[in-house]
Amino acid sequence: MTAETISTICADATIHPGWVRVCHWVNALAILLMIGSGWQIYDASPLFRSLEFSKHIALGQWLGGALLWHFAAMWLLVINGIVYVTLGLATGRFRRKLLPITASAVLADAKAALTFQLAHDDLSHYNAVQKMLYAGVILCGILIVLSGLSIWKPVQFQELTALFGGYDFARYVHFAAMAAIVGFLVVHVTLALLVPKSLRAMVTGK
Amino acid sequence: MRQNKIIPGVDPKLLIKDAAKLMPDPARRGFLRGAASLGALAFLTGCDIIDGDTAEGVLRKISSFNDGAQAALFSRTKLAPTFSESAITRPFPFNAYYDEDEAPVVDPLSYKLEIAGMVDNKNPWTLAELHALPEVSQITRHVCVEGWSAIGSWQGAQLSDFLTRIGADTRAKYIWFKCAEGYTNTVDMPTALHPQTQMSFKFDHKVLPRAYGFPMKIRIPTKLGFKNPKYVVAMEVTNTDHGGYWEDQGYNWFSGL
Repeated sequence: MTAETISTICADATIHPGWVRVCHWVNALAILLMIGSGWQIYDASPLFRSLEFSKHIALGQWLGGALLWHFAAMWLLVINGIVYVTLGLATGRFRRKLLPITASAVLADAKAALTFQLAHDDLSHYNAVQKMLYAGVILCGILIVLSGLSIWKPVQFQELTALFGGYDFARYVHFAAMAAIVGFLVVHVTLALLVPKSLRAMVTGK
Repeated sequence: MRQNKIIPGVDPKLLIKDAAKLMPDPARRGFLRGAASLGALAFLTGCDIIDGDTAEGVLRKISSFNDGAQAALFSRTKLAPTFSESAITRPFPFNAYYDEDEAPVVDPLSYKLEIAGMVDNKNPWTLAELHALPEVSQITRHVCVEGWSAIGSWQGAQLSDFLTRIGADTRAKYIWFKCAEGYTNTVDMPTALHPQTQMSFKFDHKVLPRAYGFPMKIRIPTKLGFKNPKYVVAMEVTNTDHGGYWEDQGYNWFSGL
């Protein structure tokens, strides 16, 4: 049975409901704006001596411009993120799609994926690697927002800042969460391009 | 306003220090080009749907909205965390838009703090009079808009106490500060009245060195560093927002911590 046949059979089944698709693309825009402006902000006081981001890939041209972008796009990221996580929990989608995640299943599917043996026929079912990556990136999203709040408001939210090990350490947490999300994006976008029907499903729902 | 008045004891050359070279206008105009090169706006087909000025206008509107959000988050009683002597960053960094050797040199003998606006008593204050005010002390974290931070120790008078002494109308919205080199800053009244907001005359129990703002710095541990003016020579209690050196170039106005 070819992939086409299966998708014909399942033609009625919606893989991604409307709210998932809207949240996905709003989040895609928000996260790119946040990462791009975040890189420009990082350059004003780099955490690592050997790492600076080129102006050509960063957003905002200078620190002041980048901060305007960052603190505008944060509303988009946070409001959209709250809607997404609330609906994901309330509709049971997270539990249905992302759980359970076991180490043995992740290892087995990772091995299958690396040897090109992993089936992608049923887009409505996530393999263990996908489950781990999607659940992981949602957690990174929560982490980056909370660590960001702790850097933005180290007096008003000082308890949160203390939870992240103080102001200076919270900057490293914020950076690490960004790096993890960028790493996810590289894998995620590569795979979406390798399996174009997954990209179509995130646009049309089917 | 006293914008053009020559301030006693200050090298006039420093008053017209041009800092624009650091933040050239073309760079500040280019917010949108950066977005396009990132590919973020490729979602919008990459067409030039909105021009740079419109985008900058929208971003500045959101920044003013953020001023309101931060003012709402600001607590008049919540104190900035304080630290022990051993946590002080040594040497504490010098930071300004000019080099350390270009920092203003203020003559302590001719110095007078000018008072203006909605106050009962506008008599200027000599340094000796200011030093005689009751002293408060704090060891707090200075957080720079650039991201780095440093812990310092400041001593001086509580600003809210000083405002009471001069009969300031604390129903006014703002306090505007003017500095020897021409730097300016406007601070909201709730922050000015915060118990840790200090007119600092000393750093680490020693007279404020030139690098840290001699003769007076306004230390506000609930605001980013650039909202902590140094070399302060005048203050005005006002209902008009006179802006500030960096705020006018695009840094967020409230910039609370």
